[in-house]
Amino acid sequence: MSKLDSKIPPGPIDKKWTYHKGHMRIVAPANKRRIDVIVVGTGLAGASAAASLAEMGYNVKAFCFQDSARRAHSIAAQGGINAAKNYMNDGDSTYRLFYDTVKGGDYRAREANVYRLAEVSANIIDQCVAQGVPFARDYGGLLDNRSFGGVQVSRTFYARGQTGQQLLLGAYSALMRQVGKGTVKMYDRHEMLDVVIVDGKARGIIARNLITGEIERHGAHAVLLCTGGYGNVFFLSTNAMGSNVTAAWKAHKRGAFFGNPCYTQIHPTCIPVSGTHQSKLTLMSESLRNDGRIWVPAKLEDAKAIREGKKKGSDIPEADRDYYLERRYPAFGNLVPRDVASRAAKERCDAGFGVNKTGEAVYLDFSAAIERYGKLQANILKLENPSKEKIRELGEAVVSEKYGNLFDMYENIVGENPYKEPMKIYPAVHYTMGGLWVDYNLQTTVPGLFALGEANFSDHGANRLGASALMQGLADGYFVIPYTVGDYLADDIRTGPIDTKRPEFDAAEKEVTDRINHFINNKGTKPVDEFHRRLGKVMWDKCGMARNEQGLKEAIQEIRQIRAEFWKDVRVPGKANEFNQELEKAGRVADFLELGELMCMDALHRNESCGGHFREEYQEMEGPQQGEAKRDDANFAYVAAWEWLGEAGKAELHKEPLTFEEVKLTQRSYNKDRANCSVDPSVRRYTTR
Amino acid sequence: MGNMKLTLKIWRQNGPNDKGRMETYPVNDVSEDMSFLEMLDVLNDQLIREGKDPVAFDHDCREGICGMCSLFINGEPHGPGRGITTCQLHMRKFKDGDTIFIEPWRSAAFPVIKDLSTNRSAFDRIQAAGGFVSVNTSGNLVDGNAVPIPKDDADKAFDAATCIGCGACVATCPNGSAMLFVAAKVSQFALLPQGRPEAKRRVLAMVDQMDKEGFGNCSNTGACEVECPKGISLEHIARMNREYLAASVTKE
Repeated sequence: MSKLDSKIPPGPIDKKWTYHKGHMRIVAPANKRRIDVIVVGTGLAGASAAASLAEMGYNVKAFCFQDSARRAHSIAAQGGINAAKNYMNDGDSTYRLFYDTVKGGDYRAREANVYRLAEVSANIIDQCVAQGVPFARDYGGLLDNRSFGGVQVSRTFYARGQTGQQLLLGAYSALMRQVGKGTVKMYDRHEMLDVVIVDGKARGIIARNLITGEIERHGAHAVLLCTGGYGNVFFLSTNAMGSNVTAAWKAHKRGAFFGNPCYTQIHPTCIPVSGTHQSKLTLMSESLRNDGRIWVPAKLEDAKAIREGKKKGSDIPEADRDYYLERRYPAFGNLVPRDVASRAAKERCDAGFGVNKTGEAVYLDFSAAIERYGKLQANILKLENPSKEKIRELGEAVVSEKYGNLFDMYENIVGENPYKEPMKIYPAVHYTMGGLWVDYNLQTTVPGLFALGEANFSDHGANRLGASALMQGLADGYFVIPYTVGDYLADDIRTGPIDTKRPEFDAAEKEVTDRINHFINNKGTKPVDEFHRRLGKVMWDKCGMARNEQGLKEAIQEIRQIRAEFWKDVRVPGKANEFNQELEKAGRVADFLELGELMCMDALHRNESCGGHFREEYQEMEGPQQGEAKRDDANFAYVAAWEWLGEAGKAELHKEPLTFEEVKLTQRSYNKDRANCSVDPSVRRYTTR
Repeated sequence: MGNMKLTLKIWRQNGPNDKGRMETYPVNDVSEDMSFLEMLDVLNDQLIREGKDPVAFDHDCREGICGMCSLFINGEPHGPGRGITTCQLHMRKFKDGDTIFIEPWRSAAFPVIKDLSTNRSAFDRIQAAGGFVSVNTSGNLVDGNAVPIPKDDADKAFDAATCIGCGACVATCPNGSAMLFVAAKVSQFALLPQGRPEAKRRVLAMVDQMDKEGFGNCSNTGACEVECPKGISLEHIARMNREYLAASVTKE
């Protein structure tokens, strides 16, 4: 049997968490004072966990690489947070949120974890309201909900387009309250560079003070990694520049298994790459697909003329446009799920119909919506025979009210007026469903080492639904870990402070220092970014939206090559004992160069298509489902958990079988039974970030 | 790559105790599609290849929300343009041949770490002094809809809460005042019923900490409101002053 014990509590699904809470061991208040906990990362998961554990009485040390805990990348989430409150009386329930999430994840998530997530979701909203998070409200003063395309219930709570910011600032304020009380010691501008294992348990970390370069040892009875996802392995993504895999990767190298590394979410509506200088990609809220129509020219010569700057999108007559989503998926049209929309854009661009210089962009066009709203508005104003110009003017005003800030953001970045010319968009890496393997208690395969939020693999299967990332981060930090960590720490009430002079700390610190010294003394010729860009291109081309066996095998060879060159030829200027941003980047890219290979191995072994993982060999070849993903439940309904075997490219696969007791496995369908799809409660729901 | 050629005058400073100086760097191949920070990436790439020390500057999300980027560009925090952060500034705002002056936030309370990177942890300490509602994590709180909040109040609280803590208000203020930052947080909680029970204690503690950090006083020049990338209104300073006055008069 495998080494993986998911520790799912007994009983029916809706009683498991309650049963577990009632049967876990707890640490008495007087004993909590004797226990130290390290929390790495201060996003939604980290800040909420650190604040909650400190309130309970543990001594907490919190770490973030940014200059303030408030800047973690959770702050950038736009759309909202799901919760099964059923305020809208539209039939929502814990079960329905659970069901949607399992199905949305294409049946590759663990049922028990997902149910618990849905169960605590309502508490999150109450907690945040009590903290003074200014959620959107209606005129009655009650909380407002929104629904996005394809959604059958309205369960998304929001704060304009800045929900992540408001939730994070709520968690940050709770954290700072504890910092003020001295129960949390905050280490900002600190980066965790290793986890220290003593007698098989996580007992501390090695961190670098990013201002002074000093290497520090911190001991603790448990270590919580709340360090986010690894989308930056692609170099270009919607992640922040500093988002990295280092903490999770070091944990992996110390024995924590890595779950489903190949599951990556590609978001269909981002501003396309404009040139080789590009450093990051900006998301345009998926809500735009409610009113925007996606198209490319139907004729290759038009696409070519546009790429050469001889024609503009608005020059192409209606008859020569290919609204390919409406053509391929008449029932869902422009509101097909993220993975489907992304792949369809790639398919058209690969076929030569892309519309910007790079050939990788499609149009998102609002002219039809502007006209429709304009006419509606003219009716409301009782205008007789309004001119075309008048209708346009009225329509633009309506669109501006709905999406004005997004249009401004677009114009700012692209330098083109999206009211006059259709927007150009292209898919971009956005979120990683994979992460450190954890059991029901959020503990990794290393005792005492826990992973929360995007850093773990647990709740989203092969595809995450919109507005569920915020939910998971806060659920893990506020409502799960405060219970489950106690069960583990109950054994540690007599352990006493962890001695950081132990040989295990010496060894870990030496490894960290040796690596830093290697970078500083290497005196190569090329900056870190050059290697990162090369890695990103390989990952995007061969382990991105669509993957195949040959490409993945090539990618593995290419990554090995880049990795070898990196260690030989990277140039890191400056010194180890100073503020050195190139040195920080070098360490992170070194880890991405190892992770990238594991992602390709995982994608290569998974001979099926599911959610964000699309293997070209495994798609429906004919019939109404032609071109769609083909899952293989008989052979791949498991979590792939990889064990590090001492060097990059060597990893052992362990399988955690996924059993579905509540949700029946069915094939996704967007083409057939369209009428049924729109009313079938089991259909995957697609909301925006 | 683009075809703009620029001359950059950049503040270089090795640490808080170094005197610092402006240095001149030519940078070629700048495209108008680049963001300002991508232009600095190009410069740093060039410097590293030449064996020189790259320019340190803070940045993270590069989409205008994390508040990490800063930079005083041609005498304005976050450069030309309103309602944007430096990472949202694009090179099409500049012309071929331009000379651009780039400096760090300048404030006694924000010591320079290196070059363009400053230490803004004073903001965290102000927040820790009282920028919160004292509520512990609990799965048994009252329902989120138990206390209705008038939409206008919720909207105004949200407007205040959009502060990203970047420090542009301090950097642009002739007095180095942090009033807009502090007022935004005080105002957010003052407008919400959840924040009222400790409103007095909060405003006194936060203002006290602000003074201890060495920020200057507000003399209503209004520069902060103009330069704030999130358009936070001076109205919040007025609200904080009212809160402060009321709290001072009635404190025990």
